[in-house]
Amino acid sequence: MMASSYNAKDEDGHLPGSVGSGGPGAVKSKKPDNTAFKQQRLPAWQPILTAGTVLPAFFMIGLIFIPIGIGLLVTSNNIKEFEIDYTGVDMSSPCFSCSQNYSWNSTSACTCSVPFTLDQPFESNVFMYYGLSNFYQNHRRYVKSRDDSQLNGDKSSLLNPSKECEPYRTSDKKSIAPCGAIANSLFNDTLELFYNHPNGSKITIHLEKTGIAWWTDKHVKFRNPGGNNNNLSSVFRDTSKPVNWHKPVYELDPSDPDNNGFVNEDFIVWMRTAALPTFRKLYRIIQKKKDNMTPTLPPGNYSLEVTYNYPVRSFDGRKRMILSTISWMGGKNPFLGIAYITVGSVCFFLGVVLLIIHHKYGNRNNSADIPN
Amino acid sequence: MTWTNPLTLLRHGWTRHWNPDRPVRTVVSNLPFEDLKKREQPNRRYEGNAIRTNKYRLWSFIPMNLFEQFHRMANIYFVGLAILNFVPVVNAFQPEVALIPICIILALTAVKDGWEDFRRYQTDQQLNNTPCFIFSRKQMCFVERRWKDVRVGDFVRVLSNEIIPADILLLHTSDPNGVCHMETANLDGETSLKQRKVVPGFSSLGEPFQPQTFDSTVVCENPNNNLNLFKGYVERPDKRRTGFGIDSLLLRGCMVRNTDDAAGIVVYAGHETKSMLNNSGPRYKRSKIERKMNTDVLFCVVLLFFMCLIGALGHAIWLETFSSMPSYIVPDSNGNYTPSVLAGFYMFFTMIILLQVMIPVSLYVSIELVKMGQIFFITQDVELYDEELDRRVQCRALNITEDLGQIQYVFSDKTGTLTENKMVFRRCSVMGTEYCHEENVVVPDRKLILEVDRQMASIQTGPYLDFFLALAICNTVLVSSVTAQRQRVRVNVADLAGAERVGDVLRVKGRRSSSYSGGSFHNMRQWFRKCGLGKVFTSMKFFKRGGETLADPFSIDEDDGLSGSEEVCYEAHSPDEAALIHAAKAYGFTMMERTPHYVTVKLPDEALLKFEVLDILTFDSTRRRMSIIVRHPHTKEIIMYTKGADSAIMERLGNVFSDCCSKIKCVEQWCGWKAVCFSLKVISEQEFRAWSAVRQEALSAIEEKEERLMETANFIESSFTLLGATGIEDRLQESVPETIQALRRAGMQVWVLTGDKPETAINIAYSCKLLEHEDLVFTFSTNRKVLQCQLTNASFRGYSSAFTGPLMEPSIGLVIDGPTLSMAMSDELVEQFVELCKHCRAVLCCRVTPLQKSAVVKLIRQKLRVMTLAVGDGANDVNMIQAADVGIGVSGQEGMQAVMASDFAITRFKHLQRLLLVHGHWCYSRLANMVIYFFYKNVAYVNLLFWYQFFCGFSATAMIDYWLMIFFNLFFTSAPPIMFGIMEKEVSDSTLLSLPELYKRGQHSEGYRRSTFWIAILDAFYQSLVCFFIPYWTYNGSDIGIFAFGTPMNTVSLFTIILHLAIEIKSWTAVHWVIMIGSVLVYFIVTLAYSAICISCNPPSDPYWIMHKQMADPMFYLVCILTTVVALLPR
Repeated sequence: MMASSYNAKDEDGHLPGSVGSGGPGAVKSKKPDNTAFKQQRLPAWQPILTAGTVLPAFFMIGLIFIPIGIGLLVTSNNIKEFEIDYTGVDMSSPCFSCSQNYSWNSTSACTCSVPFTLDQPFESNVFMYYGLSNFYQNHRRYVKSRDDSQLNGDKSSLLNPSKECEPYRTSDKKSIAPCGAIANSLFNDTLELFYNHPNGSKITIHLEKTGIAWWTDKHVKFRNPGGNNNNLSSVFRDTSKPVNWHKPVYELDPSDPDNNGFVNEDFIVWMRTAALPTFRKLYRIIQKKKDNMTPTLPPGNYSLEVTYNYPVRSFDGRKRMILSTISWMGGKNPFLGIAYITVGSVCFFLGVVLLIIHHKYGNRNNSADIPN
Repeated sequence: MTWTNPLTLLRHGWTRHWNPDRPVRTVVSNLPFEDLKKREQPNRRYEGNAIRTNKYRLWSFIPMNLFEQFHRMANIYFVGLAILNFVPVVNAFQPEVALIPICIILALTAVKDGWEDFRRYQTDQQLNNTPCFIFSRKQMCFVERRWKDVRVGDFVRVLSNEIIPADILLLHTSDPNGVCHMETANLDGETSLKQRKVVPGFSSLGEPFQPQTFDSTVVCENPNNNLNLFKGYVERPDKRRTGFGIDSLLLRGCMVRNTDDAAGIVVYAGHETKSMLNNSGPRYKRSKIERKMNTDVLFCVVLLFFMCLIGALGHAIWLETFSSMPSYIVPDSNGNYTPSVLAGFYMFFTMIILLQVMIPVSLYVSIELVKMGQIFFITQDVELYDEELDRRVQCRALNITEDLGQIQYVFSDKTGTLTENKMVFRRCSVMGTEYCHEENVVVPDRKLILEVDRQMASIQTGPYLDFFLALAICNTVLVSSVTAQRQRVRVNVADLAGAERVGDVLRVKGRRSSSYSGGSFHNMRQWFRKCGLGKVFTSMKFFKRGGETLADPFSIDEDDGLSGSEEVCYEAHSPDEAALIHAAKAYGFTMMERTPHYVTVKLPDEALLKFEVLDILTFDSTRRRMSIIVRHPHTKEIIMYTKGADSAIMERLGNVFSDCCSKIKCVEQWCGWKAVCFSLKVISEQEFRAWSAVRQEALSAIEEKEERLMETANFIESSFTLLGATGIEDRLQESVPETIQALRRAGMQVWVLTGDKPETAINIAYSCKLLEHEDLVFTFSTNRKVLQCQLTNASFRGYSSAFTGPLMEPSIGLVIDGPTLSMAMSDELVEQFVELCKHCRAVLCCRVTPLQKSAVVKLIRQKLRVMTLAVGDGANDVNMIQAADVGIGVSGQEGMQAVMASDFAITRFKHLQRLLLVHGHWCYSRLANMVIYFFYKNVAYVNLLFWYQFFCGFSATAMIDYWLMIFFNLFFTSAPPIMFGIMEKEVSDSTLLSLPELYKRGQHSEGYRRSTFWIAILDAFYQSLVCFFIPYWTYNGSDIGIFAFGTPMNTVSLFTIILHLAIEIKSWTAVHWVIMIGSVLVYFIVTLAYSAICISCNPPSDPYWIMHKQMADPMFYLVCILTTVVALLPR
């Protein structure tokens, strides 16, 4: 008598490979590869938020942020900044009469002189900005209203600017160079600084007008058409000036061919549209004195001579002149320092609070209730 | 041979042409028309055999794919926006550029579709170019061609183990019996061989098939997808008709087995074949999360609408504040200024374009990618792999993976799903004595063997011997072995004339032919009946005419059989037959072979007993028994052995052994095992002859054949002598109780719906821990309708009122049977029934029909609004599987119908545990988190732009370069969430398995709720505020340019978004690190490269050198660090 082991699976004549996998004889196991990836067993690091990991993180953040914040605040406070509004809204303001005439078309130059006093000396290089408020240089249609290839010296774009420039694309059947609303609204006040020496003499302060634009803008992005052709007036012969401009683009700085035409730095700076409606733009640089002994701008009385061309009354704007020294963090702005200190303190404080909670209740509940 | 006039056939073709709706198709041989042009072919209107399952062709790919993609709302939305951008007054970006995101999305989807389609094309090509043999008239033989060359009307020859190229009407086979075996595993997964028989009269045995002589017309049904139904007839030129059915059709995709070659005429080709018509491709269901997500997309639309409204109003009001137009407001090309109200109106649309990313464009694509990844990992899971079947889990529905994590109700089939559907012989009771057996292996009981030996030794007969003989021969099991194969070749001696005459007889089915002697007549009769009942699983030899030829080959075979006796293999139709015959074998009663009229059994003393089989009364579900009438070789007595269900035998016992009966009663109580009783009846010669005559009449009857056959069977099957009873157990699959417990603990309600009788079902329910012994079990089972109505009504009320109390609630089990169930589901009771079911821990429905199964699933699904899962293995579960939210097929013993209908196919019930608790949970939490994250990400980013509008006069300026904005969404921040959706492991699989309670999170949709969505949106608002205002205050009043202002914001939000995800990720693998760090690196590289190259590439605003300038500025880093920390501090 034999004992027979019964297994129906062996009997039903199942041929591996014949189901689904196609051809006969393809005896290939469908067993999935037992690899860590396919079995989702890759070695994994599972960070678990416990008091042990979160508390040190809080303290670390606190300890790192507070010094950074202090450093930033100190740097910011060391930056000297002077700001003067010369819009002339008030009747008493010296520029009041000039500001009343807000048409672009006035040909007669209106000048006014704004006196101011610096209490502290400005060391090192001093940057002179003009500031505009309520000027939406970031308006969508305004931002688009330019032709970068024209500005890059492309000849065909010079004579046939992009449609984006409309309605400042052509005037008098000639293409406008530079075309577009941005160029058309170029800031055209002229600012001059004079130091009223205590001895009564009025000393002109030398204002450097180059070096205010990005190097890449000046040398790569903006180029005059015709390459090194110095005779810009002939290059721009078939174009007309933007309607609001008093002089054509090749007369922006006739004294310096490297700063004329499209590569004029005032122009380049203006063309880099500001992000926010209240902005400043670099206007001039006052180089520090060679001897290093006297400050660049000693304390005393100054006067700002303004050739008032730029109308801002239509949009309730303000014009400012800003003098500022500069540091690695740019202009004066205490916000970041304060923010760092605040966040650092909050973290530190939270850390302390959590530490107390952890010590009090931690024994009962090991996974401290830390929000997520 | 008369050639059919081609002209008449042509006319035939024309009439067919004019009547395209004819219910039948007529096929004639192609051979006479081989040289004609295609348009003159009679069968030209039928499809060729080349198949094309790819949707697109090369030239139509783009338009068709686009058309399909535009069926999706989201795509239309984005294209609409892109078109809006071409309207000059409202455009926010360069119109061409605005097309990019939608183009990339469309292109990605198109590439994916195209790739899938190409794969299909490749398989098609491979199939189409498979070689096959087609008869050629020119060469007068079968020549090798490709599948795609096969046309309707061709003659095709298929060799053994070849795949059948088209649906072929079998006309010739090398098998002497005119049968051909095919394996349909490719079609339905059933591995048992199906027998097909030739349409008689077109080929002669032993001679090569000659298709050129085929001059008949085949008339059959139009193509349909019913694999089990096919009928038609062959009309000869002389108008004689021969009928045929599905048992003459070789199906495309099946494989010819055990037959050297077979040939026939192609009736359906290509897409019209039954297998192709059955191929319906993967199904698409929409998951619960996706439905919810779509409403959240609507919320986003509302949010977007409000934001745009704010923008529009803001712009109009802003414009109103100016008394005259300042120089920075650009007039239109004519120099006119748009009125502020109109400008505001335009601005609304511009804002929509600007803030369009609010609606996550890439979400749908990402979800698809994620699901593909999830499915990849599910199918790769080695734990769900079945060694025995060499099968992985199959995901047939591609987009409901996360529904696996939300199942609340599980409906399970019993047989084959909870149990193995493999019967095991466990007990027997002979002459009132009970013998037990081990669970897995049939080890003969010592006492029983002794008894048998004693009887063997003494009298050569007796109840014990009879019992085991009955066990061994009373079945339809086939012996398949090496010897059987050899024998088949050996008997290949029947001559041509005989075969032809057999063929004639076959054609006049059921009509009695007097030209046959008793023996062969007997064969024929048997053959007919078997075929008629469709239970043919044997290779029967019926080409025998006289006793001499009969005896000869068989005697030789017996010798062979002896030598290879240990190698006997049984092919059983039903698992319990297999169990019984193996049990008999274990006791030494080995069935050596079975032919239509002889059964040979080897006795324990190695003696061979050859019974002449006089008749077999096959099993049917009304009689619930089967009998075999044999002539004993020694005593020459005619003996009828009957086996059947206990009740079916007991009621017809003649002389009752009282003690035996009581023991049989015990059998019934054997733990729900299937009790099969055996009985014997000795029939006198003349009684048999009388009966036999009646039987013949019944067999040849045309009307009411079934009824009359039944009558005759019932007549002879009476007054048996009980031999004994066996208990067959349907074993539970491994770890079924554990799985059910785990599903229970996971908060799922498990119901069992079975067609089995209540006793068995309850026993199984106890053994698989569905019901506990301390449970209160209510059994609803009544017959009288009125009574039942009242009863159930009352009981429902009573129970639901009594057990709403917390005391009793946890342990109610409900057992309900089919008729009662249909009552309970009638309109007036259904509410109470559902209410009651909610309080039950387990519900067991017995004796339910497939339709009722699906009705129950639908009822629960609709009334309780729950996620349902149905799992089953048989054809009777298909309805239920399709009705449920998630249908799971168990590929087991009962073919593949359930698998074909299912969304997921597993091999064992226990896999359900891992599939639901681990993969379901993972897929759910992954996808839920990813969707939330996508909403968060887009809202956070879009809001940056929105806040900026307050500082640019609501003029829809973007402070970030448009290209970078596109890239930001498409490249820099898209890979991490996709990886998150595929690979996140919130909890490890071992934890999930050991704590099934974790599953409840998905059931209550805790991963993705409305509140989660809004919290994510609020979080996004907070983070965007931080990301905007810290840089804003830092740079306020300075000489910062637009893009120089936007760059730190972009960078900061990238860090925030990525680190936000990093906090969400619970387990980090190397892949995570690579993708996270890679994303950041790609951002910097792309941005740097872009701003280095783009001097005037993207007019009018070029971000030239801005990134470099910013990265040289220490402030940039300080801002980035501070903002990121502040934005993420709450988390």
